[in-house]
Amino acid sequence: MRVGVLALQGNVERHRTVLSSLGAEPVEVRTPRDLEAVEALVLPGGESTTMSMLLESSGLWPSLRTAVKDGMPMLGTCAGMILLADRISDGRPDQQSLGALDIAVKRNGFGRQAQSFECDLTLDVASSVSGERWDAAGSNAVSEAGSGTGPDRSPGSATTVRAVFIRAPLVEEVGPAVEVLARLPEGYGPNAGSPVLCRQGAVLVSSFHPELSGETAVHRLLVGSADVGRR
Amino acid sequence: METSPASDATAAQFQTGTLAVKRGLAEMLRGGVIMDVVTSEQAKIAEDAGAVAVMALERVPSDIRAQGGVARMTDPQLIEEIKAAVTVPVMAKARIGHFAEAQVLEALGVDYIDESEVLTPADTQNHIDKWSFTVPFVCGATNLGEALRRIAEGAAMIRSKGEAGTGDVAVAVTHLRTVLGHMRRLTTMDRSELYAEAKLLGAPVSLVQEVASEGRLPVPLFCAGGLATPADAALVMQLGAESVFVGSGIFKSSDPARRARAIVEATTHFGDPAVVAKVSTGLGEAMSGQSAGEVGEHLAERGW
Repeated sequence: MRVGVLALQGNVERHRTVLSSLGAEPVEVRTPRDLEAVEALVLPGGESTTMSMLLESSGLWPSLRTAVKDGMPMLGTCAGMILLADRISDGRPDQQSLGALDIAVKRNGFGRQAQSFECDLTLDVASSVSGERWDAAGSNAVSEAGSGTGPDRSPGSATTVRAVFIRAPLVEEVGPAVEVLARLPEGYGPNAGSPVLCRQGAVLVSSFHPELSGETAVHRLLVGSADVGRR
Repeated sequence: METSPASDATAAQFQTGTLAVKRGLAEMLRGGVIMDVVTSEQAKIAEDAGAVAVMALERVPSDIRAQGGVARMTDPQLIEEIKAAVTVPVMAKARIGHFAEAQVLEALGVDYIDESEVLTPADTQNHIDKWSFTVPFVCGATNLGEALRRIAEGAAMIRSKGEAGTGDVAVAVTHLRTVLGHMRRLTTMDRSELYAEAKLLGAPVSLVQEVASEGRLPVPLFCAGGLATPADAALVMQLGAESVFVGSGIFKSSDPARRARAIVEATTHFGDPAVVAKVSTGLGEAMSGQSAGEVGEHLAERGW
C-alpha cells in the first residue's frame, strides 16, 4: 500500500521508517500530483506555520480538502494534528487548517522545549469516548469510556507505548463525533487528562510523536483503516 | 485513570531533557530554514517568511567579522524580546566551553543552544558538557571526528561550520562532503578496522560503530556557514544536509523578506530545479560577501 508522507517540512524520515517496517510503501508528497498517487497520508511533526505557508505555495490546500472529504485515511502528529484540527489558538492569524476533525488545539500548549517530555501512555484502542467535551480550564475530565461501538473493538486491547511530546499542541476541546483514544496521565503539569490521541472517521491525530520512540501501534491504526477502506 | 495521582506519576515515568526529547526537536526542524535575527522586527520577518526557528544574535557573523573584538552571548533582554515576538523555536549562541553562558540561556528558556565558533571561544581545550543540561545543543563540525566528539559530549544536532559571514558556500560544501563521505567509507569497512578508525577520528568506538552500521549520524545533520541564495540551499540539501542555517545571507541582502521566503521554498523543493529557478528570479542583490580564501580569520578553525 502506498502511504504518503507530507514532505514540505518536518520529521518525514522517521515516519517513512515506521511505515516501511509495517510493509507499507512510503511516498513523499510535495505536490497535488504526488497526493493523487497515495491511498493514505501522514502529516508529520514540524513547524505548523511553515507547513501552512508551504501548503499554500504548493497548491496543496484544495487537494487536501478534497482528500479529507473523500475519506482518505490520515494520521497527523503534532504539527500534523494542528493542520487537521478545526480550530487553532495561539497560531498565526493567517494560519489555515483542514477542519478534518472537530477538535480545538492550542499551539505549544504544553510549553517551550524546556517543558517537552516523554512518558508512558495507554492507548485505549478498545473503547471510544464520545459525546464528551474536554474542558481544559477545568480539572480532569472523567472518561465515559467503554461504549465499544466499533466492529473491531474488544475489551482489553489497550496498549502501553512510550510517547515523546515536543513543544506539543494541547487539545482543548473535542466534539461529540471524536473518539479519544489516549489521555495524558497524572503526574506532569496541569494538563493531566487532556486528550492526546483522537480519531474521527478515518482521521487520526496525536499530540505526541509515535515515530520517535520506535512504536508502531499508532501507525498500525492508520494502515489498518486504509486496508479496511480498500476492501 | 482510576489509580491515584501519586502512583500514576510513578507508573507513567515522566522525563524531560532526555535524548529522545532533545533529538526530537532537531528532527522537527528538518527540511527547514533557521534564520539569524538581531531584532524582534527581523524575527517577525523571518517567521512570516516561513523560518522553522530563529537564532537570536546581537550581530550577524559578517558584522562580527567586520567589527572584530570579543563576540559574546546575546543580551538577555534581546532574547526575551525575540521570544515574545515569535511562536517558532528560538535559539541562541553560547561561546565554546562557556557553560555559564549556556546556563543563563537555559534559565531564559531558549529552545536550543548553539555552542558556536562564531563567538569568541571561552575555553581553548574543552567544549561544554552538554549532558548536564535539559535544553538541547547544536554544535558545528568540519569533519566526522569533530561531529562525533560533539555528539559524545551531548550535542543533539550537528551543523557543518562552513565559513560564517562570508556569503561563500564553498567551505560549507567542503565540510558537508567531508562528513558525509567519511560516513560512506565507514559503512564499507570491516568491523575489525573500526577500532583503529575510531583512534584516527579521535571519537568513541561505540559512535563509530553506530555510524558504520546506520550510515548516518545518530542526530540530524544540518548545514551552516556562507549560504546566501536559494540555489545554495538546494545545493547543500541535495548533498545530504537535512536543514539549513542562514546567517548574514538574509538580512545583509537587499530584500530580506523575499529572499528568506525564496530560501524556504528552495529548501523544501530542493530537488525541483523549476521551483528553485522560479523563486530565484528577481530577488535583488545577495549579500556582497567575500571569498572564504580572502578572510583574515577562519572561524571554522575554532573548536577542538
